[in-house]
Parts: sequence; C-alpha cells; structure tokens
Amino acid sequence: MAEAGFYHALKVDDELCYGCTHCMNVCPTGAIRIRNGKASIRADWCVDCGECMRACPVDAIYVEQDDFDKIFRFKCRVALVPAVLIGQFQSKVTEAEIFSVMRELGFTHVFQTEHTAGLINRTMIEVSREAMQKPVISSFCPAIVRLIQIKFPSLLDQVLRVKPPIDASAVYFRKRLEDEGIDPADIGIFYVTPCAAKIAAVKSPVGEEKSPLDGVINMSFIYNKIYRMVKNRHNNSSISPGEMLPLLSPRSIKHSLTGGEVSGMEGRCLAIDEIHNVIEFLEKLENDEIEGVDFLELRACDQSCAGGVLVGGNRFLTVERLHKRAVRFEGVADIPGDIKAYSNFMSKNLGIGELKPRSMMALDEDMGEAMRKMQQVRHLMCFLPGIDCGACGAPNCQSLAEDIVRRESQLSACVFIQRMMEKHSKLSGEHALRIIEKIWGKNRLDKNCNKKGAENDSE
Amino acid sequence: MKFKYEIEGGNFSKAGNASSEVKKILKQLNVPPPIIKRLVVALYEGEVNVVAHAWNGCIYVEIEPERIDVKIEDKGPGIPDIEQAMQEGFSTASQAVREMGFGAGMGLPNMKKNADQLNISSKVGKGTIVELVIFLNGKR
Ligand SMILES: Nc1ncnc2c1ncn2[C@@H]1O[C@H](COP(=O)(O)OP(=O)(O)OP(=O)(O)O)[C@@H](O)[C@H]1O
Ligand code: SF4
Ligand SMILES: [Mg+2]
Repeated sequence: MAEAGFYHALKVDDELCYGCTHCMNVCPTGAIRIRNGKASIRADWCVDCGECMRACPVDAIYVEQDDFDKIFRFKCRVALVPAVLIGQFQSKVTEAEIFSVMRELGFTHVFQTEHTAGLINRTMIEVSREAMQKPVISSFCPAIVRLIQIKFPSLLDQVLRVKPPIDASAVYFRKRLEDEGIDPADIGIFYVTPCAAKIAAVKSPVGEEKSPLDGVINMSFIYNKIYRMVKNRHNNSSISPGEMLPLLSPRSIKHSLTGGEVSGMEGRCLAIDEIHNVIEFLEKLENDEIEGVDFLELRACDQSCAGGVLVGGNRFLTVERLHKRAVRFEGVADIPGDIKAYSNFMSKNLGIGELKPRSMMALDEDMGEAMRKMQQVRHLMCFLPGIDCGACGAPNCQSLAEDIVRRESQLSACVFIQRMMEKHSKLSGEHALRIIEKIWGKNRLDKNCNKKGAENDSE
Repeated sequence: MKFKYEIEGGNFSKAGNASSEVKKILKQLNVPPPIIKRLVVALYEGEVNVVAHAWNGCIYVEIEPERIDVKIEDKGPGIPDIEQAMQEGFSTASQAVREMGFGAGMGLPNMKKNADQLNISSKVGKGTIVELVIFLNGKR
C-alpha cells in the first residue's frame, strides 16, 4: 500500500493563517506545529478529523476539493448523496426536488449513499458472529479507522472488514449502470462529502487498491447552490417534476447519525461520537477494562455525520429533521428490491482488505534506540518548565521534548529556557528574537494594529 | 528506565490511569502490541486490586531492553491464603465493589496468564507485594 504518499484533505492556507495556536491545541493526535508563523500539519499523524478546521478563527484551514467541472469529463455523471445533505433542508423541500435540482446542476444520475445500508448491516451481523474477538468495531468513519491505525494498532483486527455505504453504493451503482450498457469509462461517480475524512478515504483508500469513486464534491458548496435554486423555484411557484426515487427505509435514513448502526446490530452495542470521547473509550478497551460489549459504532464528529465539518446546517436540527423525514418512510424495507437482485455480486464485493498499523507513537523503530530517546526526553523534561504554553510552536512541553529528540526542534525554542540562557549569558537577546521569528514569523512582534482584535481590526 | 505511580485505595474513577500511562510509554518504545497488551492487562488487574482491596499503594515499572519488571506494593489487609486467592472465581470483594462490575475473582488468575513470571508475597494486616515480569524478546 502507498503508505508514504498519504493523502490529506485538510490544508493550511498560508495567506490566511496568522499563526495562532488554536488548531495546535485541539488536534487530538498532536499533529500540528507552528513554523515560520504558520500552522503545519504532520502528514503521518493527521487522521483528517477536521477538529483544526472547526477551531480556526480565520478559516485558514480548508478542505481541498475537486473542481466541480471535473464531473463534465464523464458522459454519465453520478452524484452519490448522503442523507445529511437532505437533512439540512426544511421538510417542505422534498427529496425529489433536491435531486431534480442536482440534475439541473449537471448530474445525469442522483443516488443515495445509504441505499446499501441495509445490506451492509446484514453483512456486518454475519461477519460479527464469526469474529474471534469482541467488540467488533465499525469501519464506517474513515477518521476513526485512521485513528485506530495510528494510535490503537492492537485493536485493528477488531475493525469489521465490511465496506461503508459510500464505497458499497459506488460499487453497486457502477455495476448497475454498466449492466445498462454504459461504457465503464464514461461513468464518473462523485460523492457529496460532509467531511475531510471521506475525501482522504477516496484519495488514498485504506485496505483497498483503488477507490470505487471518481471524485468528491464539498457538501457546503453544493448545499448553497441547491438552496438558491430551490428557493427560486418556490418563488416562481413552479412545481418540480417529482422524480421517482428508490425509497430509503427509516433505519437507512438514520444510518449516518449517532446510533444509526447500533440500532440494527446484535448483542450489546455502544454508539460513541466525537473523537475525544472515542479516544477515551478506546484507551479503556485496549486495557481490557471493557467487558461484554459486542459492537462499537464510533464516529469522529459530535452527532456523527450531521456534525461533519462540511455540513453547514446546525447539527442538532439536521438530526431532528432526518428523524422526522424517516417517519414518512415507515414500512419501507431495509434492503431495497433492486439490491436483492444483485446480492450475489454484492456479497463478493462488500469486503475490504487488510488494515495495516501505521503506529506513529514510537520514538524509534528500534526498541533500544527508542529507549535511549525516551531517556533523553525525560532528561529534557527536567529543564522545560511544564507550563504547556505553546510558545515554542509545539502543543506542550512534552511534545517539544519529543520534537527535540526527533531533531525537529531545539531546547532554545522554549521562551523560558531562552530567559535562563540570557541570564547565564549563553544567549543574546538578538539571537533569542531570531529564534522566535523562526517559529512565529518575521516581524511577528512588531506593532500591528490590523491583527485580529487590535485597533484597526474589521475596518 | 524506572517509573513510579501512586494508587489511591477506593478511588475507582482513577483505576486504570497508571496502566494507561505505562501503555503510552510502551507504545513510544515500539514494544510489539501483543506484549503491550499482556503487560497492560496484568498491570490493570493489579492496579484495580489495590483500589478494590487495599488502602493505598504504588506501582514501580522498570523497563530494560530485554524485560519489563513491575512491582505493585500496597498497604492494606493483605492476603491470608495466596493459593486460594489465585483460584479462578475466588473473591472477597464487597457488594459495593461487585456492583461496579469487579469481584469476579478473575484478576489474579488473569495476571498469571498474562505475565511471564508472577510472585506474590503478603503480610496480613500490613500489605501485599505483587511482582511480575514480562520478557520483551518473546521468550516466555
Ligand atoms: N492487593 C490486595 N490486597 C488484599 N487482598 C487482595 C489483593 N489482591 C487480591 N486480593 C484478594 O484476592 C482475591 C482474589 O483477587 P482477584 O483479583 O483474583 O479477584 P477480585 O479482585 O476479587 O475480582 P476481579 O479481579 O475479578 O474483579 C480478592 O477478592 C481479595 O480477597
Ligand atoms: S462522523 Fe461522519 S462526517 Fe464525521 S468524520 Fe466520520 S464519516 Fe466524516
Ligand atoms: Mg481483582
């Protein structure tokens, strides 16, 4: 697998980033440092959860997305739409209306991501029954899968190797279109994504050679477009043609919300959302402190995908609306009839390959060398003040010590160490300033009334 | 390399903290996950035993290139019959402790299963010392 070129969807805009420490302090894997006055994300530690993007006060962290026009490279342009897109609209806007607007935008087909959720659910139950070790963990959220690879490699074998709806549905719809006689090269499937993690999963899939998707569309981008067009239609009171759509069952509609998978699984199941909650729980699971649990639904975002970084609508309202919509579909089967006809094909294509550990916690590959480095870290911690202020460009003293041992920083990056060195005439004031400028950018300490909160801010 | 952690008797909300700290260190040292798992499981059981059965205690961890030595020392009631305590299902845990999900009498047997060496000594009315060793080169 292409471990080296690990793709991340979260990027820092150096123009906008002014080198505060908000993102650095919230990153759950400690992957952010400040260098030259800008945030920099360590590629091998980032899990694309999007916490940094939420924390940034100036929107300098953004999600890299495909150019929308890319869809026009294909004759058959498929949008794969997750329920949380629909959940952002008031209930008077119908699914059919939203999808018809999307066709106006240029898609030839609009399909729902959760179309395969019922089938996945059934497969997960079957695979879980065979599982050697419980609890089994859902592979639904790509940020969580990456988190486990990096931080909890010993739990990797417990991750269910069943495709999440996005991949399963892409595989399914592609096959159906091919069977309709469409040239495979003409089919382009685009996922409307609520988060960065799904983008990363499409660009560098885990446990797969190649993603079954051709691209991703930022949900907030498309939401705004649809919203405007739907509003115009309502103003003109032109009634939308009302396209026939395969219906989703209530459970499939709620699949990406917290509890959505748990509701269909067997045994004792837990649903945990928000990445820090997940980390806390996985720590306990790894210590064998948790007993008798059969299945874990783990999602990186609060309120699961309704709280994805690219979901513009309020997450609690989105959840409420989807629950209300689901009621309307009472009685619809979890596994749609058209999928049943493909059950043979799908059973061969629902699995995913081996998930490899990417343990980035180790100070060194070699255990002896790692021990030597840990000694050094502990020695450095004797000198660092334990204030965890972040002025060194690392989130806390411990991280700085580890960075120094990895030769990525130096003791004099600590402003308090600088003071002590000056006192003992080991460092000149000039030199100390140069060190600070290297971390925080040139002229960072000069008077500047245009910065956020200063006299001329927002003028 | 030596590490030391204090354990507070009766405080179940903190039980497991020392085990988690040790686990973090072992991950940084690139110790193979199966070995980490064995050590942490054994250590956690020992930690909980101090919390559940003793007054207070201390964990000493010494990591060397070929072995990890753990000593869990507590002040507490001690164990009158160690052989009996080692039996699966034997427990003197109070009702309150059982209600918290402990007291199945599986802790010490579980430690024996996961450690390469286990040694327990105890003085009734004074306290208990549990020592365990796990070898890092896979030799058991
Ligand atoms: N540190 C200790 N101090 C005093 N008594 C102990 C200590 N550790 C174990 N014991 C005694 O040995 C018994 C068996 O311990 P063990 O850990 O196997 O089971 P448990 O703690 O009762 O239940 P479990 O560990 O399954 O939650 C305990 O019930 C207790 O009487
Ligand atoms: S919970 Fe959903 S939106 Fe959030 S990171 Fe996971 S898959 Fe993406
Ligand atoms: Mg016990």
